[in-house]
Amino acid sequence: MDGVIMHHVALWTAAFLTLGIISFLYRDNAWYKFCEAVFIGISAGYWFVSYFWDNLYGKLWLGIFPTDPTQPPDYILLIGGALGVMMLLRLIPKIGWLSRWPLAFIVGATAGLNLIIYFASNVMVQVEDTIRPLFGANYAASAYDIVGNIVVAVGTFTALIYFFFSKEHKGAFGGAAKVGIFVLMVTFGASFGYTVMSRISLLLGRIDFLMGDWLGVIK
Amino acid sequence: MSGRIYRYLAVVVAVIACVLLYAGKRVGWYEDLMFPTWLSILVCILIAASMLWILYRTIKGKPAERRIVFLYVGIAVSLPLLMTISLHVPISSEGQLLYDGMKKLQPGSKVLVSFDYDPPSAPELQPMAVAFIRYCFEHDIKVIIMGLWPQGPQQANLALAKILAEPEIKAKNLVYGVDYVNLGFQSGNEFVIQRMGSDFKSMFPTDYRGTPYDSLPLVRNITNYSGIDYSFNLSAGYPGTREWVLIAVDRFGLILGAGNTAVQTTGMYPYVRSGQLKGILGGMSGAAEIEELTGRLGKGAQFMVAQSFGHMVMVVFIVIGNVAYFLHERKKKRT
Repeated sequence: MDGVIMHHVALWTAAFLTLGIISFLYRDNAWYKFCEAVFIGISAGYWFVSYFWDNLYGKLWLGIFPTDPTQPPDYILLIGGALGVMMLLRLIPKIGWLSRWPLAFIVGATAGLNLIIYFASNVMVQVEDTIRPLFGANYAASAYDIVGNIVVAVGTFTALIYFFFSKEHKGAFGGAAKVGIFVLMVTFGASFGYTVMSRISLLLGRIDFLMGDWLGVIK
Repeated sequence: MSGRIYRYLAVVVAVIACVLLYAGKRVGWYEDLMFPTWLSILVCILIAASMLWILYRTIKGKPAERRIVFLYVGIAVSLPLLMTISLHVPISSEGQLLYDGMKKLQPGSKVLVSFDYDPPSAPELQPMAVAFIRYCFEHDIKVIIMGLWPQGPQQANLALAKILAEPEIKAKNLVYGVDYVNLGFQSGNEFVIQRMGSDFKSMFPTDYRGTPYDSLPLVRNITNYSGIDYSFNLSAGYPGTREWVLIAVDRFGLILGAGNTAVQTTGMYPYVRSGQLKGILGGMSGAAEIEELTGRLGKGAQFMVAQSFGHMVMVVFIVIGNVAYFLHERKKKRT
């Protein structure tokens, strides 16, 4: 019985908060502000608890003091723990400079990993793909693919020209830069279209909840 | 009566209507409120006529205020959910490529599904998750679930609960740990993907329920990506498809298909063209595509009708907005 009551309470609470957020479309109001504050507070709490149990307890504590007697303690985790504590030292101004060390570690590790993978995957593979034979290997590409290859090659080339500022955009060079702008506009348009689609989907999700789960007027 | 009293009255009426609908559904006054075809057509005609009226008023110099636009978008998205209208979704080459990859999987193949999203992105990605996992279960493909977003594995559980309740899947008597497993969330973003390349167990010493990795028959012999036949990533941002492509695909040779929110799909298309990604499903239309391809229409297809109506209304309002703009410019030039 308690579970049933809680189900109804949960549905009405979710509906109350959803409508509160949507009410902003009418104008800013106290209901919206309340819902916004609840959302921010719960999100922050959720992330804190999630990371506490997953990282501090799940990895650090259980790694150093394993519950399984056959598993040896992993003392190397203490280095990570110490770096984590050092990060918090910025709260003490006198020794706040120590927080730069863990930051340097994070920046160094991330840069080291990303430098290679981004260069290999995003630069080399994409460049190779852009300058593939326009008519396909052994001239086997279909007309659709040939047109696509030409559009990609010309689009990339002209867009790069647009971002080349060492030469004035005049004459043939300026014309190519204009084509580059056109390509960029098409890209932004496609991107914006997909963004609108995504936002409508968010709205649909909430309307589906209100009309389906809450009011039950749709299946 | 003042405007404020009208507003309060409107809120009271709306609350009473909601309470009546809520109670009515529970008591069994109605099953659902689907419109008959004639009413659906009538509603569409009325909406179109009212938008023409707004266009006419705009031309006459009385543009609609922004709240009218919000109201119309809301109506356009809500009412189609009550209509008995279906929409054929054409299959994109990227969606077909993904499905072709799925069809190559043999019974017993092991598939890694990463749920890298949270509830706000569920309308787009959850139907994809349901369709993909259902397909796997129908074809006796083993499913290993994980998440780089904290709420991802919970979304996976919702999808699993829905699929496992279906009679034909129920009849298969699928066993947790043998036919499917949820390894849960792991923090660390791309470093998790990197580490999984050498040791799955180090990243997931236990599953979502706390069962030790070695006690799970499905994964106990999997040490790295070489034990995975296919991977499907459901992504709403960072960490997501890009990180999986850059590390798991390019460094460790994982075969990857993806389902993305529409907002990030354009950024992923170059990976499909270059062959790094074996197909992609973009947004709600992608969800409808995989439902169509797997032969089981669901929320994705249902939502596409509402989304198409929403898009049409927005296009009309863009036209109306441009009419208002050019009329305003012309008026300014004259004065």
